[in-house]
Amino acid sequence: MSLLSEFRKGLWRENAVFRLLLGLCPTLAVTTSAENGLGMGLATTFVLVGSNVVVSLLRKVIPPKVRIPAFIVIIASFVTVVQLCMEAYFYDLYKALGIFIPLIVVNCLILGRAEAFASKNRLLPAMADGLGMGTGFTLALFVLGAVRELFGSGTLLGYAVFGSGYQPLILMILPPGAFIAMGLLLACMNLLDARRR
Amino acid sequence: MNGLPRLVLALTLITVGAGLLLSLVESLTREPIAEQRRLETLRALQTVLPPFDNSPDADTVDLVVGQDKKGRDRRRTFFRGRKDGAFSGVAFPVVAPDGYSGNITMMVGVDPAGKVVGLEILSHAETPGLGDKINRDEFKGQFRGKTLAGVDWRVKKDGGDFDQITGATISPRAVVKAVHQGLQFFHDHLPEVLAAKGGDQ
Repeated sequence: MSLLSEFRKGLWRENAVFRLLLGLCPTLAVTTSAENGLGMGLATTFVLVGSNVVVSLLRKVIPPKVRIPAFIVIIASFVTVVQLCMEAYFYDLYKALGIFIPLIVVNCLILGRAEAFASKNRLLPAMADGLGMGTGFTLALFVLGAVRELFGSGTLLGYAVFGSGYQPLILMILPPGAFIAMGLLLACMNLLDARRR
Repeated sequence: MNGLPRLVLALTLITVGAGLLLSLVESLTREPIAEQRRLETLRALQTVLPPFDNSPDADTVDLVVGQDKKGRDRRRTFFRGRKDGAFSGVAFPVVAPDGYSGNITMMVGVDPAGKVVGLEILSHAETPGLGDKINRDEFKGQFRGKTLAGVDWRVKKDGGDFDQITGATISPRAVVKAVHQGLQFFHDHLPEVLAAKGGDQ
């Protein structure tokens, strides 16, 4: 039961992007399409679960004074694994995400979970936390990417949604569009939350 | 064991573990990655070269095209397509450093007479929706059949023969200029490109 709640908190209540506002750099930068958002989210989830597991296993071995460099080494290793595997097996996605894959290392969401949760909890809760936070992050990036792609290119996952007469709102796939879409989505979430109460 | 030695030991062990993991993954992915890169080149070659029956990525010539800022040689690889043993075309990469944002890298294919067969954009970071239209067939297609002589290698806005893109003149201008320079180099070094010993002769 508690494992489930560790997992579920990342989806909505403590959603990394929409609630904690963590890891916004990749969130805003790569969500020009739903596919890119999904790819970035999944890559981050893998790193997050991996680093949470290892940090949790080593939490008694790592001296508190050097915990941050230790976490960063662990995170960077997982990111490099993701980068190599993606280049080997998902080359198109690798090219689309480009520089933002190595930058997963400095995604403060991952270091944040290692520091705030994994280093203080046992293996299974840490894994559930990583999985939940990662899933929430992936969902957020996917939704943001989908909204921007829909209005910015008139497509969804590459398929044309509006007829050929649709004039794409290019602004939405440019950097300002990321902020605008993000702001509107945040407002929607706040509205939903306010209705619930 | 406490204090500094313990800190050093813990960090050392973690980095050694990370190093081992990474060397393992690297050795497993090295070949697929090389294969992906080769396939990417081959895909580009297939779209810009006339029909060929050899493997142009193995039949190459490297020529020095200039020096970089540190005085080292900049080299360019010429991929040579053959049909029944005779050259059917040559493809070579060109880079436009003066796009709107970052380098635009392209692959240009020409027939042995120097006529452009195809142009493929390999990578660019032009503005989505504006400059990235250089990747559209309407734009790339206008290079087909063009030769060095008899064509004004400028965009129409500058008085030349190439259509620019509405709202984005800088990207097409950079592409046209880079292709022109590439053709010029090919023209000036034709004997070396075609005569030098290739990979699988």
